[in-house]
Amino acid sequence: MSWRARGLALALLGLAGAVGARADIPAGERKSGALFMSKQTQAMQADDTANPGMLAAAEGEGLWNASPAPGGKSCAQCHGAAETAMKGVAARYPAVHEASGRVVDLDGRINVCRQEKQNASPLARESRELLALSAYVGLQSRGLAVAPPDDARLAAARERGRALWETRMGQLNFSCAQCHDDNWGKHLGSAPIPQAHANAYPIYRLEWQGMGSLQRRLRNCMSGVRGEPFALGSPEFIDLEAFLAARAQGMPVETPGVRP
Amino acid sequence: MARALINVPAKAKRGEIVEVKVLISHPMETGFRMGPDGKFIQREILKSFACTYDGEAVFSADLHPAMSANPFFAFNMVASQSGVVTFSWTDDKDQTQVQTAKIDVE
Ligand code: HEC
Ligand code: HEC
Repeated sequence: MSWRARGLALALLGLAGAVGARADIPAGERKSGALFMSKQTQAMQADDTANPGMLAAAEGEGLWNASPAPGGKSCAQCHGAAETAMKGVAARYPAVHEASGRVVDLDGRINVCRQEKQNASPLARESRELLALSAYVGLQSRGLAVAPPDDARLAAARERGRALWETRMGQLNFSCAQCHDDNWGKHLGSAPIPQAHANAYPIYRLEWQGMGSLQRRLRNCMSGVRGEPFALGSPEFIDLEAFLAARAQGMPVETPGVRP
Repeated sequence: MARALINVPAKAKRGEIVEVKVLISHPMETGFRMGPDGKFIQREILKSFACTYDGEAVFSADLHPAMSANPFFAFNMVASQSGVVTFSWTDDKDQTQVQTAKIDVE
């Protein structure tokens, strides 16, 4: 059951009183979302033989080595072993795709290779295959620091992302910042409000009984305040992702995370 | 066919108690949920799971619709001799999948 189902409006009245001056979370006080989970869920994430996200990563490994269509090249045929070729890649995304000048997230980047290098159709966002590939590519950055590139084109995306972060949304009229910067550590119903660091995606969420991307998580937060969520893959989400990456700079990547 | 992550220690001392862990990729669709079209999503679950060690049963379980997707099993067994640990699981359509792991006992 989710906090949305439990009279969120009432719970939020309590938070509203606490909304004061806005401030970013100081670097020394940043905490991964994993630390807000029960000991059991933390143990599930930490144990590769129990973490269901590792099933997705294993499936991604299979896709990495498979050719997408007869005659098409596999990811491995061009990139070689993912352990070396993809090391640190997920930690840098979103990033600028030089050929197009566009800011893309990791899922978008994988689809660039699908379309341009494999002559295959792009994988749908939240599809099993794309989540498997992003979990596998993400796993190769596990333990490395989130390292968003220093690039002016990205800075613009981050600024737009920050503006969205601070914008009140939905019928309940809350901004992301009001929950995640100003009220983290408090509870919405039974759910603790985490700081919203995006260092463990894609995740296996127990409530979903499956894998999901960061954008799926963000859609949940937007519908939680009874807003109309942005579309998967929309520029707004890429901007928010770019902002979240900068906000989590230096935190270790935990992909694939487990969340309640 | 379902993918699984199987974890049996490759080596053990004779008489040692070892932990075996199995994580099976499966939707465990209950049959009680409705899809976006308002129709029930067809039930699709694993019905049973079993483990044998050199032919001898060491663990078995019946599974039911309320169990989570991607079922996870962890249990202990005594490493008595080098041999093959066999895992099998059967779905609603009576299709059985088998996977094995080797254990070296010194
Ligand atoms: C009403 C409070 C609230 C608002 C507003 C809100 N969230 Fe959340 N958010 C939560 C809660 C609570 C969770 C924890 C998951 C749960 O139990 O649903 C969460 C989880 C997250 C996570 C996952 C963190 C992790 O460790 O996996 C991210 C990222 C996130 N939110 C980002 C956002 C963004 C971006 C916005 C604005 C578009 C937003 N949230 C708006 C309450 C909120
Ligand atoms: C025909 C060769 C080819 C194939 C097949 C291919 N790629 Fe690529 N990929 C490249 C090249 C070359 C680049 C580097 C720059 C560019 O051209 O954009 C790249 C870049 C990438 C990047 C970005 C790396 C970075 O450092 O930012 C990712 C992620 C990636 N590929 C993933 C994949 C995945 C996943 C697959 C399989 C689904 C795949 N690629 C298939 C050639 C290929």
